[in-house]
Amino acid sequence: MSEADSADSAPNPSDVERRMRGLLDLLAVPLRALLSYFGDHALMLGQALRGLGYRPFRLRLFLEQMNFIGVGSLWIVGLVGFFSGAVSAQQAITALRIFQQERFVGATVGISLAQELAPVFTGLMITARAGSGMATELGSMRITEQIDALTTFAVDPIQYLVTPRVIATTLIMPVMTMVFNVVGLIGAYLFAIYLENIDLGQFIEQFRFWTDPKDYIIGCSKSAVFGLTLSVAACYQGFNVRGGAKEVGLATTRAVVAGSVSILVSDYFLIDAFHILWPGKS
Amino acid sequence: MNQPPSSPPTVAEPTAPGQPGESSLAVRDERWQIRVRGLHKSFGVQHVLRGIDLDIERGRTNIIIGGSGQGKSVLMKHLMGLLRPDAGQIWVDGEDVVPFDDREMGRLRRKFGMVFQYAALFDSMNVVENIAFPLIERYKLSRDEIMERVRDLLRKLDLADVAGIEQKVPPELSGGQRKRVGLARALIDRPEILLYDEPTTGLDPVATKNVDEMIRRTSDEFGVTSVVISHDMASTFRIGDRISMLYNGTIVVNGTPEEVLVSRHPALREFVETSGLVAPEANGQA
Repeated sequence: MSEADSADSAPNPSDVERRMRGLLDLLAVPLRALLSYFGDHALMLGQALRGLGYRPFRLRLFLEQMNFIGVGSLWIVGLVGFFSGAVSAQQAITALRIFQQERFVGATVGISLAQELAPVFTGLMITARAGSGMATELGSMRITEQIDALTTFAVDPIQYLVTPRVIATTLIMPVMTMVFNVVGLIGAYLFAIYLENIDLGQFIEQFRFWTDPKDYIIGCSKSAVFGLTLSVAACYQGFNVRGGAKEVGLATTRAVVAGSVSILVSDYFLIDAFHILWPGKS
Repeated sequence: MNQPPSSPPTVAEPTAPGQPGESSLAVRDERWQIRVRGLHKSFGVQHVLRGIDLDIERGRTNIIIGGSGQGKSVLMKHLMGLLRPDAGQIWVDGEDVVPFDDREMGRLRRKFGMVFQYAALFDSMNVVENIAFPLIERYKLSRDEIMERVRDLLRKLDLADVAGIEQKVPPELSGGQRKRVGLARALIDRPEILLYDEPTTGLDPVATKNVDEMIRRTSDEFGVTSVVISHDMASTFRIGDRISMLYNGTIVVNGTPEEVLVSRHPALREFVETSGLVAPEANGQA
């Protein structure tokens, strides 16, 4: 190979630099999009919390949202809670029967409901019912210029629309989680006692011995975080709709997906965090 | 149509800030309530407004015409501070409102009322709650005071005779009724300036005429400055005291209806001729 040939085949430094820049840009695009996504949600949460700091406090809107999210979701949360408790008891009894330890079913179901099933399932139910509703309502308000109309009356649309929804969801989620717990335990109790003939005294005694207020505190704390994330995701998607009815539908879908994923992902990190911060039998 | 004795040029002749006559922009002018100079706005790569120069006459019906996608609504949203310009100035009663912070912008918006294209009534509220909304948000008035003002407006806008109107929710109203409720909501706090965003879009000819009359009557009875965004040429010439045409991001024609009608600007001539108001040969002769 002549010197000229080797000079031709050697990569030009500017080519290498350009390729490296292209590669970095390729990596940077999704990273930037991810950071932008979380950043936008964090900004909306910040604005919503800032809305708590000045008048009017919009108690009526807040109570309306509590009613919509909480009272309106009671039936679906109760129904899902009942059957989740019953199915958990069925699975626990099947597993415990291998070791002839069915008497622990009350404790097993109690702990799993308190820490995991109740907050996660309640979060998913509220996302499906109330989160989708929030995204659709705000999206419709956006495309029909109702949000612009609020601004023309010098009303902060975030404080008027987003703050009550985020705060109401965050506060009502622990309550709904406790409803899920109670109804779930009733479902487990009925299944275990009446269909599987588990001893009533053993069911209650093991439940009381093994479950702890800490389990419920962890579950309710997690559910409050789920409420915050699902409501911010739903409000963000609805508030930022551009276009028409199709975009409102897409925003609703994105709100449900984002809310559900945020619940399941944050659940993993929250339970890890609680185990580190509050070590013990749980 | 009401006309001032002397009118600015038919074809807009933008005057850059700093040129003779522009020093008066920073003081309240008895004739011009809103003055816009060199307004630019882009959305991404789309340069929508490319140096708007516009004067809005106090107490008159000012119409801004232009084709779809020309930026009429974008311009209107700038007037009320719903959008911030990339460059340029907007003076309202001698105040440069572009640098205003949120608090000052809130004060500015109290001068304005806006009637949206499809009324933008709040679905979750009935007619009374919609109309009373600005009062409830801004003042501590008794229920009786609020109801008195709401009913007064319902009477003035010919809505009081509609059975059960007060308790109706927006989906129960006809297109014309929605427009009038939207106007009542915009008027309830007695604004100085009313902005109408394509008020006759989607209405039949009779309803369009009624809305035109409503705009005219509102301007006369309440003495407000009206700014109407429209592409309905019949309405424009029926109610307009001043007409400005937005084309390719700039105001290309600006004047009284008579002046605009004889303008030779090709975009305007096409607009007028296709609307059927003036035969091509007649306009050519003018």
